[in-house]
Amino acid sequence: MREKPILRVGTKFLIPFILMFALYVQFHGDFGPGGGFQAGVIFASAFILYAIVFGIAHARRALPAGIRRLLLSLGVLIYAGTGVLALAEGGRFLDYSSLAAQPVLGQHVGIFLVEFGVGMTVFAAMTTIFFVFASRDPSAREQD
Amino acid sequence: MIELLDIVILGMMVVAALAVLWLRDLFAVAMLSGAYSLMGATLYVLLDAVDVAFTEAAVGAGIATVLMLGTLTLVPRQEKQGKKPSLAGLFTVAATGSLLIWATLDMPEYGDPDAPIHHHVAPRYMKDSTAEVGPPNVVTSVLASYRGYDTLGETTVIFTAAIGVMALLARGRRKP
Repeated sequence: MREKPILRVGTKFLIPFILMFALYVQFHGDFGPGGGFQAGVIFASAFILYAIVFGIAHARRALPAGIRRLLLSLGVLIYAGTGVLALAEGGRFLDYSSLAAQPVLGQHVGIFLVEFGVGMTVFAAMTTIFFVFASRDPSAREQD
Repeated sequence: MIELLDIVILGMMVVAALAVLWLRDLFAVAMLSGAYSLMGATLYVLLDAVDVAFTEAAVGAGIATVLMLGTLTLVPRQEKQGKKPSLAGLFTVAATGSLLIWATLDMPEYGDPDAPIHHHVAPRYMKDSTAEVGPPNVVTSVLASYRGYDTLGETTVIFTAAIGVMALLARGRRKP
């Protein structure tokens, strides 16, 4: 692990920017290309890069399996929950117009929540799939 | 000019696909399929479908390549020499392929503004999205609001995929 200092320093330098870009894509999806799906994938790629350079064991410590599972289910829950909330507010399922006083504001809130849920689930799913595959490698044997 | 770019990129994609078929070195195959996805993403940009291009570049060229490389650590690097190709197989593939190409002749011409796809719900989305939903990016309002059910389904599919991988591959706390 001590070797390849350029790779290690370069990765450490890049990861904050990757995470930042993912957040930009997540919250700027209303205005430009992007949204929860792409943001989740980019956010996951930062952790995958970390796992490739520093080893899967370190990456597991940064992102434990319990948190990944929690995020995985929480994302879908937020999405479906937004739909149920719209029902409870007197609208139809996933019709966000009832979420706020003005329909357009409600749509804005609804889309924000829904995209957030998508990003969360996609992030957790991508990292989980990669981590599970990577730890099948006999050289990185550890429990998931 | 755009047509020329289309032809060049499509030609490169065909070459990449043939190389994937030809090569036995699976590492090169994984890399080539990533490059294929990236060329596909470029093609989507040319078609002004930036959201799709973004997804293709992030998922097809990025994550899928990484996952294939992850799989490669578990399997031998060279593809096993297969059986000799059979004539029946070649005939089936050629017949299906020509049927599919024949079917495309019935499709509306490339870029035809009168194609049915442009006269279903798309004009209404384009016209009313700003007043009804708000976001300047109509793709977002279609995906997250008009087609919210579909996106909920897609998110559930990704959720299920991760659960499936965990159930099949993860070393659980319980020893078998």
